[in-house]
Amino acid sequence: MKRLLPVLTVVIALLAVWYIACIPMNVKEVLTTAERAGVTIDPPSAAERRDMGHLALVLRNTDALSGSWSQDRARLPSPHQITAELWKSTWEEEVNGRRGIVRSGSLSKRSLIYHGWITLSATFVGFLIGAGLGVLLAVGIVHSRVMDMSVMPWAIISQTIPIVALAPMIIVVLYSVGINGLIPKAIISAYLSFFPVVVGMVKGLRAPDHMQLDLLKTYNATKSQTFWKLRLPSSVPYLFTSLKIGIAASLVGAIVGELPVQRGGLGARMLGGSYYGQTEQIWAALFVAAGMAALLVWLIGWLEKRTLTRMGMLT
Amino acid sequence: MILVVLAFIFWIAAWGLNGYLANGPFAKQRWVSIAVPAIFGVTILVCWELIVRGAGVPAVILPPPTQIASTLVANLDVVWGDFVQTFVKGALSGYLIGCGAGFLLAILVDRYQFLREGLLPVGNFMAALPIVGTAPILVMWFGFDWQSKAAVVVIMVFFPMLVNTVAGLRDTTAMQRDLMRTYGAGYFQTLFKLRLPAAMPFIFNGLKITTTLALIGAIVAEFFGSPTRGMGFRISTSVGQLALDMVWAEIVAAAIAGSLFYGAVTFLEQRVTFWHPSQRAKQ
Repeated sequence: MKRLLPVLTVVIALLAVWYIACIPMNVKEVLTTAERAGVTIDPPSAAERRDMGHLALVLRNTDALSGSWSQDRARLPSPHQITAELWKSTWEEEVNGRRGIVRSGSLSKRSLIYHGWITLSATFVGFLIGAGLGVLLAVGIVHSRVMDMSVMPWAIISQTIPIVALAPMIIVVLYSVGINGLIPKAIISAYLSFFPVVVGMVKGLRAPDHMQLDLLKTYNATKSQTFWKLRLPSSVPYLFTSLKIGIAASLVGAIVGELPVQRGGLGARMLGGSYYGQTEQIWAALFVAAGMAALLVWLIGWLEKRTLTRMGMLT
Repeated sequence: MILVVLAFIFWIAAWGLNGYLANGPFAKQRWVSIAVPAIFGVTILVCWELIVRGAGVPAVILPPPTQIASTLVANLDVVWGDFVQTFVKGALSGYLIGCGAGFLLAILVDRYQFLREGLLPVGNFMAALPIVGTAPILVMWFGFDWQSKAAVVVIMVFFPMLVNTVAGLRDTTAMQRDLMRTYGAGYFQTLFKLRLPAAMPFIFNGLKITTTLALIGAIVAEFFGSPTRGMGFRISTSVGQLALDMVWAEIVAAAIAGSLFYGAVTFLEQRVTFWHPSQRAKQ
């Protein structure tokens, strides 16, 4: 609770900056609208205004700016406009809309719940594949010196490469082979979450020090006993840390994977919004994506806490 | 068919060679630790080439490495233009601005406990968000050219840099700070002589994480609109034309650029934090 006050202050300050920034960002459109409504604007012709700075326009027309926070298709929509759009495209669309779940029995294709679900399912499938394979490869790397020496440097190098660049190609190639829908996006997600998990898990499985390994040797423990009773338990904190990175990367992968093929999802929503100048739609999709990322990372954090408490590593 | 069989034979032979090198009498030598991953990489390339040619995989699905290499060489001027547009103009300028801003704000935040307690959770939260999603908005604001890509990169690298620098500035012990106080050092002297040097490993950690983010941001932002050059533009249009060899050539270029960028920052880190235990252990 002690930390709530500073965090709230910062959030409120950010919102205030946002509201203030709306004024110069939207000034040109706002003045055009005001002029049509009959207000006299300082440089009367739109051509003159086009070449002027935003701030100068604000300062010369301080009385005609009342529309800054309710401008339609604003360059920077104000927070309450985005909240309204969020409400409209989730609750309103589903409950009161003609295509909503209440009237038609299925999620509306215009609602963010539908698009969010598409993205989320691809993220989950991809994350499970990527994390699972990552853990398996890490186990292989720890137990085989050949694999360690040949694969590990590439796993590290691959983290310095912008893998997302592969996304459009994976989508289109798989599409041309006849695989479409969730799987191509999940593959990109899996690919992005794979390497962080490998690197983190290898670190974790190597975390036991010599004393502990020697102790198990004096117990005459087999390799698999050492693995299950020492290496695996001690790798858990590392695993969860890399899972958090991995799931955030998975979400990015799913969103980017939705860009080339416009078949729903938050990425498609963003690109559609940018084609048609629907800024509120982009912002709403962005906020849903942000909420989802926060939720996913929190979920992993919660699992981490529970697991570590059960294991007695966290008191 | 013979080529596919050859690929398998090559794979087994290379794996056997690697097994011998990694477990045999030379295992501890330095050149082995370079040779083994190199052999593995070459093996993958050779098997890729043989299987694609042997099984007759069409080039619109997976072009063989030799074709990618020849495309890269033949279009070197195009790739170089894309590289300058995306990497030098977009990613690098955004990286410098974003990291600089994150660093400066971190020093300010570190001075006031209230700001630190408020901004750090927000910064941590923002660092986990899919910030690439802001790309369509920023492209709308700053136009199609490199400025919008730099803006995306700035936002992407800002928060990881902020969080890492703040964590680094906290990484001095009470003993060390007390020593500075007994010397009568002021805030700025303590900052420059003790806390910034002590923060360097963290700062470089942030700088290294953000190299990849910078490239990702610059490339993905180009998917939302760009002038008729740039790596992201070339990738998305070449995919549309099914010119996959060009796509792969761009990916190779991006991979090289990313690795070199990371390598340059690592080199700088070794020069600056030579005193740190993790660096000394290597020598």
